[in-house]
Amino acid sequence: MTALPVPYRVVARWQETPDTRTLRVEPVRERLCPFVPGQFAMVHAFGRGEIPVSASAIPIGGGLGFTVRRVGAVSEGLYEAGPGDTVGLRGPYGTGWELEKAACDDLVVVAGGIGLAPLRPLVRDAVADPEPYGRLNVLVGARTPADLMAHRETGLWRTAYTGVTVDRPGAGWSGDIGFVTALLGRARFDPRATTAFVCGPEPMIRATALRLAALGVPGEHIRVSLERNMRCATGHCGHCQLGPLLLCRDGPVIGWDLAEQLMTVREL
Amino acid sequence: MTTKQAVRMAVALPAKHRSRLMNTAREARFPVGTRLFEEGRKADRFWVVRTGTVTLDMHVPGRRSAAIESLAAGELVGWSWLFPPYLWHFGAEATTPVRAYEFDALAIRLMCDSDPQLGAAVAQWVGQVLAHRLTQARMRLLDLYAPHGSGPPR
Ligand SMILES: Cc1cc2nc3c(=O)[nH]c(=O)nc-3n(C[C@H](O)[C@H](O)[C@H](O)COP(=O)(O)OP(=O)(O)OC[C@H]3O[C@@H](n4cnc5c(N)ncnc54)[C@H](O)[C@@H]3O)c2cc1C
Repeated sequence: MTALPVPYRVVARWQETPDTRTLRVEPVRERLCPFVPGQFAMVHAFGRGEIPVSASAIPIGGGLGFTVRRVGAVSEGLYEAGPGDTVGLRGPYGTGWELEKAACDDLVVVAGGIGLAPLRPLVRDAVADPEPYGRLNVLVGARTPADLMAHRETGLWRTAYTGVTVDRPGAGWSGDIGFVTALLGRARFDPRATTAFVCGPEPMIRATALRLAALGVPGEHIRVSLERNMRCATGHCGHCQLGPLLLCRDGPVIGWDLAEQLMTVREL
Repeated sequence: MTTKQAVRMAVALPAKHRSRLMNTAREARFPVGTRLFEEGRKADRFWVVRTGTVTLDMHVPGRRSAAIESLAAGELVGWSWLFPPYLWHFGAEATTPVRAYEFDALAIRLMCDSDPQLGAAVAQWVGQVLAHRLTQARMRLLDLYAPHGSGPPR
């Protein structure tokens, strides 16, 4: 059974990159159960349909943040929603990052482009409460400087290492240039006692996870978010099946020990 | 401790070869904006970065140089010194203040010629660096950050 969308009002929005915006929403009346970092909602743009979107902010005071890149009809509708507009939410769905299981480990967070969106609440938690963990590393890669989301906030996080790199720097960029995996050589972590959290386009996830594994991070400690398209989000329709997994229910966050064989075969 | 990466000199070169190389190293400092080398010029030195960032670039006539890649602590700057005709393929600039170990390419090549074991170890190290950078360059070529990876679904 699929729940009905709960109305939330857009209270603020801001531009992250040329095609991506973050919406801050508050419940109109009823509110959803609390989200944990890595979980997603089915976000309904009225008159257009609904799509899965990860929570990119989970403020303590309530409300939620969603960061949406416009790629088609529904995401376009959400991208255009402004303060005062209403969207519908179902959720929370999916497995979270499970930061708490990484206690005592060094943390390596690797984001490609707006893959930082679902990772941001996790980093905020780790920055706010660093005591249980080892060294926090945040590695962000994007095509160009304009494609970096939350660039200012990224620079403010207190970490052992924060690396931001772009492929095409253009004028005015004085930071690193290269693929995000190059930053792994500069991060500060002990591979055998590390949990990594990786999100971005699938090929970027795969390249990063393979590199982490080559450095000695155990597969089950490499947590990746597989954001395959999904429809019902409740494990019924089978739209998001990947091998034996239903990603809306068993994912989107899964260990590389499971993901590797699914992501490296040619056909499923 | 920084992650051990296979391409780092400290890991890729066995201790006895590394210490022979390090005995010949000079300490170098480069203020921001210093050009370490220019494309097409003689590759008579190379560096291992200690602190700071060096950016490789390519000169485009009439325009600003195109930055290609940045190299940070522990990374090798320059490999053209190992292969004839010993000319730089790119340019390099210190984009922050840089401290580095500087090596005399001719001296290292002579050491490698007279000690084939050392020669093989150095070639192995530089080969690993090149393989790693080639992989990175290919990944960037594929545009793995694009929303749908690098191509439409079949
Ligand atoms: C768990 C999960 C979390 C997500 N989190 C976010 C988020 O935080 N922010 C965000 O902007 N998007 C997120 N997405 C992706 C988002 O759901 C899709 O972009 C959206 O479904 C597109 O719908 P549309 O109607 O706008 O475009 P459509 O017309 O349905 O699709 C437009 C194009 O995008 C492709 N596409 C659609 N969805 C995906 C996908 N998941 N992966 C790759 N290609 C796709 C389609 O094949 C098509 O070519 C998430 C997806 C999942 C499964």
